[in-house]
Amino acid sequence: MKKWECVVCGFIYDEEEGLPEEGIEPGTKWDDIPDDWVCPDCGVGKEDFEMVEL
Amino acid sequence: MNPIVIIGSGLAGFNTVKEFRKLDKETPLVVLTADDGRNYSKPMLSTGFTKEKTADELAMASPEQVAEQFNVTVRTGIHVAGIDTEKQRVLLPDDHLDYSSLVLALGADTWTPPLEGDAVGEVFSVNDLMDYGRFRQALDGKREVTILGGGLIGCEFANDLSNGGFQVSLVEPMGRCLPMLLPQPASAAVGRGLEDLGVRFHFGPLAKAVHYGKDNPEKLVTELSDGTHLESDVVLAAIGLRPRIGIAKDAGLRTNRGILTDQSLRASADNVYALGDCAEVEGHVLPYVLPLMASARALAKTLAGEPTPVSYGVMPVTIKTPACPVVVCPVPEELEGDWETEEDGNTVKALFRDRDGSLRGYALTGDAVKEKMKLNKELPALMP
Repeated sequence: MKKWECVVCGFIYDEEEGLPEEGIEPGTKWDDIPDDWVCPDCGVGKEDFEMVEL
Repeated sequence: MNPIVIIGSGLAGFNTVKEFRKLDKETPLVVLTADDGRNYSKPMLSTGFTKEKTADELAMASPEQVAEQFNVTVRTGIHVAGIDTEKQRVLLPDDHLDYSSLVLALGADTWTPPLEGDAVGEVFSVNDLMDYGRFRQALDGKREVTILGGGLIGCEFANDLSNGGFQVSLVEPMGRCLPMLLPQPASAAVGRGLEDLGVRFHFGPLAKAVHYGKDNPEKLVTELSDGTHLESDVVLAAIGLRPRIGIAKDAGLRTNRGILTDQSLRASADNVYALGDCAEVEGHVLPYVLPLMASARALAKTLAGEPTPVSYGVMPVTIKTPACPVVVCPVPEELEGDWETEEDGNTVKALFRDRDGSLRGYALTGDAVKEKMKLNKELPALMP
């Protein structure tokens, strides 16, 4: 399980937690999130996220 | 064909380029910027100490890399002298540039309060990456910072600088944190969170003057209206932002608080558009990334030949104060109604309902921020 951070606003997507409120189940891999999904905090696209090392 | 000219290389300018290039690979694009043209994200400037990133590390790409990646000409250090909307021409200091369409992505200026004192010139504001670099340099080896203003930028910097090991004093005349955005109990929660990090608040007085220290001219002394003298190494003004409208106004474009546009981001002259912090879109001045991104996507379509009005959905604002996380969906101005508040320590859930009982805004702190998405579904879109 990995975490991905929005480089524009710092929002973190945690694969383990998913985003159930948006219909993204816990455990959803980054690659399986739709390409048109946008950051819930600032609206940038998936291309503006990078993987965070833990 | 004349190029599409974009003035400004902040998030508004570069995201317009990026979104446009997804639709059109060929039409010439020119970005004019007074800055150094590096691509960076302004919201990250108030997280640099927490993330241990210098100005150079916050830069995501050089102007050359942006130029190559998006097939765009980036001209840096250019101060635009004027715009001739009749001739569709941007006037440069020793030259001019004709445009097919012009995009004003000018951003906002920090507003500095009228201060007296011999050290007024030492007061920093951090409005772009270049400012941030100078600010970081001034803080090198220093310990104490005075922040003027307890709004979004002031509170974020107070949190970030505290995380970086600085002793922060914060002056806010309106008497609490985030007074323009939050109801009182939520402000109090943020205040407690920051106080626990060591931030010292001076609520009530205004800053009147900044002097060099009498005994130690390396120090700055901020004089408050209640007679308090705050000594620190660095003073940061974070009072507020004013949309940059000067060149638009001089060019005869209609302006109010910002550059006036319709819902398709069209300013009041043919083929001129505005977005981001400088724009007032159907009365909305929203200096945040979420509306800016929606605008960049709509404008990219319009510029690519498919006229597209921008829709603003629910526009919550996340405030980066990890000591007490905050998300707020501001209440529309002059709307009558009441706050309902539930409080548990630094967790505050405040809901604003209008006279009909409909949810019209909220302020969430601490653990309550998790309820954001659920509440967004209950709120009406800002500009459908």
